[in-house]
Amino acid sequence: MQVPEGLKYTREHEWIKVEGDRGQVGITHYAQDQLGDVVFVELPKKGRSLRQMEPFGVIESVKAVSDLYCPAGGEVLEVNGELERKPELVNGDPYGAGWMIRVKITNPKDLDKLLSASEYSAYLKQAGGGH
Amino acid sequence: MSGTGNTIGTRGLVLNEPLIFEQGSPGRVGYSLPPVDVPEKKAEVLIPKRLLRDGIPGMPEVSEVDVIRHYTRISQWNYCVDLGFFPLGSCTMKYNPRINEDMARLPGFAKAHPYQPEELSQGALQLMWELEQYLAEVAGMDRVTLQPSAGAHGELTGLMMIRAYHTSRGNPRSKVLIPDSAHGTNPATSALCGYRVVPVKEGPRGIVEAKAVAEVMDNEVAAIMVTSPNTLGLFEEQIVEVSKIVHAKGGQVYCDGANLNSVMGISRPGDCGVDVIQINLHKTFSQPHGGGGPGAGPVALKKHLAPFMPVPTVEKKGNRLTFDFKRPKSIGKVRAFAASFGVLVRSYTYIRSMGSAGLRRASEVAVLNANYIQSQLKGTYHLPYDRHCMHECIFTDALQVRHDIHTVDIAKRLIDYGFHPPTIYFPLIVKAALMIEPTETESKETLDQFIAAMKQIAREAQENPDLLREAPRNPKVTRLNETKAAREPKLRWRPTS
Repeated sequence: MQVPEGLKYTREHEWIKVEGDRGQVGITHYAQDQLGDVVFVELPKKGRSLRQMEPFGVIESVKAVSDLYCPAGGEVLEVNGELERKPELVNGDPYGAGWMIRVKITNPKDLDKLLSASEYSAYLKQAGGGH
Repeated sequence: MSGTGNTIGTRGLVLNEPLIFEQGSPGRVGYSLPPVDVPEKKAEVLIPKRLLRDGIPGMPEVSEVDVIRHYTRISQWNYCVDLGFFPLGSCTMKYNPRINEDMARLPGFAKAHPYQPEELSQGALQLMWELEQYLAEVAGMDRVTLQPSAGAHGELTGLMMIRAYHTSRGNPRSKVLIPDSAHGTNPATSALCGYRVVPVKEGPRGIVEAKAVAEVMDNEVAAIMVTSPNTLGLFEEQIVEVSKIVHAKGGQVYCDGANLNSVMGISRPGDCGVDVIQINLHKTFSQPHGGGGPGAGPVALKKHLAPFMPVPTVEKKGNRLTFDFKRPKSIGKVRAFAASFGVLVRSYTYIRSMGSAGLRRASEVAVLNANYIQSQLKGTYHLPYDRHCMHECIFTDALQVRHDIHTVDIAKRLIDYGFHPPTIYFPLIVKAALMIEPTETESKETLDQFIAAMKQIAREAQENPDLLREAPRNPKVTRLNETKAAREPKLRWRPTS
């Protein structure tokens, strides 16, 4: 499972890439692997404000439907509109073209509660999903 | 069992059939009307233009026999409980005895009109009145409304009554507790009733633990919604304690009764502290599961909630039965007319033909059958909760994953052996679940045949995994591209030209 360095992770398998007070959010390689073929992604409207770990959308695969949780509280600046037509980007490139939202982080302290790449890898191993 | 040659479901005269839109020929009709004996006028002359629709492009022009053959042929591509084993977990696909259908077709029932006067409906009302008593007795409750049209509709009705009850005491409250082993409709019901959902994690044995409930229980919790037995097929052993904790803070206990099939005549939810429960007649009380209806999800309740029942209720005044619409605290109507009446006749017939001892026996055999399958397949497939189950058992693909074989492949291969696949990837709290519910209506021979097929599939996963990846091979349509179907859904036919 790919767990890139430099990103922060949630226990619900979202990642956030922080640049200044901006963060880009998506789901991890492990999450897309567990879900299987993604068929639909529902994303929030621009401008919506989210609390940390508040559901910001829904992802549907052939197997299951799951909530998407925002790793850090903030305002939605941008959503990845391409996913509407091409949900498969989440499977093919979860850390790149499969990104979901960009947020303006209101409280940087939220980030302290997230996992580092090595902590997230250890968490996956413990959850039995690290194979 | 060797190969698939001798198994059921691999032979038969299955006819190919194009879409109805691709059949017929211009001018062909399925009727012949007598000549018009009044002057003919065009619709445009008689009806304002804004009320006329455009022509329907591609409307099939077919004869009666074309239509009959078309729908009969495609019906034969289908699988149903009258053809074979249908072990769909959480759905309780039991056989529906034919006597239910006979009774529902009695002209006095089948031809009753909802606006028929009460004095001419006494038989129908008596059936509803008696069915209420029977369901109340099975559930251990005081009253039952027969009106809700399905399980989820019953949930909504039940929670609306709970909300009305709290409101009448001054505060509707704001939260509902839902264990993650509950049915997925429970959070939706709570949200529709304006409540915030507070999840409760189940303990390591797969059941809700009283101490976890105590931690989140407070005076803002309107109710807990417990599914018992839960979606893991396990009885909620701490439900009595959970009920006490919830009641102590003024909350109500809602039980999702979708799995009542396994406890009839053995344990009564009302005796466990439950205040409201919906009963899925199409599961426990042998209703056909129709493609979307009509269904019935009666709600049984304790007497403190009776003032809030939807109208009308059926009441007995002397020897006369009557609909009562004058209930000032009622949540109102939840559907048109009184109920899905034909459905009630079938369940009434089932209860009367089984008797109380028969209902208990049905539950006992449902549990026995599930445990038989569980014990026979344990070791062949991974059993995430290794303990006795109720009416359904759950395996996973954990032992097959090393051959790159997944739950979906196992399910598809079962089709080649002539069985409907079990429920897969549900409940969500089990990774890659295969949820098997045999029901009480299957014989030991059928169960053994299913078990043999499952064992054979596990061997194939090791020795020839492509057999599974390419399954099913025998049916008319083979492995479908479910991803493409979901990403590019074609929901209706459109003319190609």
